[in-house]
Amino acid sequence: MADLNVGDQIAELRVTPDKYLPHRYAGASGDFNPIHIDDQFAKMVGLPRNILHGLYSMGLVAKANAALADGDPRALKRLSVQMRGMGVPEEEIVVTGTVKSVEGDRVVVDTVATQGEATLIKNAEAELEL
Amino acid sequence: MALKTDAVGKEWPGTTYQVGREKIKEYASALGIENQVHFDVGEAHRAGFRDVVAPPMFAVVYSSPAIAPAILDPEVELNFAAMVHGGQEFEWDEPACSGDEITTSAKCLSIEEKDGKGFYVFETNSVNQDGAQVARGTWTLIVRGV
Repeated sequence: MADLNVGDQIAELRVTPDKYLPHRYAGASGDFNPIHIDDQFAKMVGLPRNILHGLYSMGLVAKANAALADGDPRALKRLSVQMRGMGVPEEEIVVTGTVKSVEGDRVVVDTVATQGEATLIKNAEAELEL
Repeated sequence: MALKTDAVGKEWPGTTYQVGREKIKEYASALGIENQVHFDVGEAHRAGFRDVVAPPMFAVVYSSPAIAPAILDPEVELNFAAMVHGGQEFEWDEPACSGDEITTSAKCLSIEEKDGKGFYVFETNSVNQDGAQVARGTWTLIVRGV
């Protein structure tokens, strides 16, 4: 297993979703809520513009943690997140994480996803078997 | 106004989702996930999977058809227009692979009011065609101004 200790940082993940990412994620996930894919509709309901799917941001958090196991999809056993600020396309998202506990092959990582001043995902706890 | 809590404990019948290679590719591509076990059946076999394997968060794809009828159930009385997805948890067991038929059931765990907001918590439970546990999800939906 990876040689991890409490307090270690996981490799930072930086992603800038392009203008059409919400459309591709909508197709991939089946969530076609217009606040994600229709800029005019989003503004009409008081949002700054069309916003990212919260579960897309959670997907990035999962990806950043899976990288600890070279992307092995079996490693992530549990992921719990709180979704807060609204993510938008065309601005960089940064996912960072700190190892919170190591017990045998079980590692728990505290993860945060931010975009500029906004926190998209907070109190994310990822439990991995490495 | 007191929140209607009659639906707490209510369960919805399972929905079955057939996992396919192209859908896994589409999902992995949208997330920028590059591990070839999500794209190439040979790579998946070499890594010990029976077919192209889904990334963990693909759980959203096979469990959403089960959660949708719960959220929209008139008995739950959830104001969809004022809803935000406030929290999510998944726990994974058996990986989901192409060819799997995953059946997901949904249950309303709690409906509570805090600081003028309604917190609706649902659970989904997903099992595959062999009866093996695949994923369990806890969905926290927050409705403003209840």
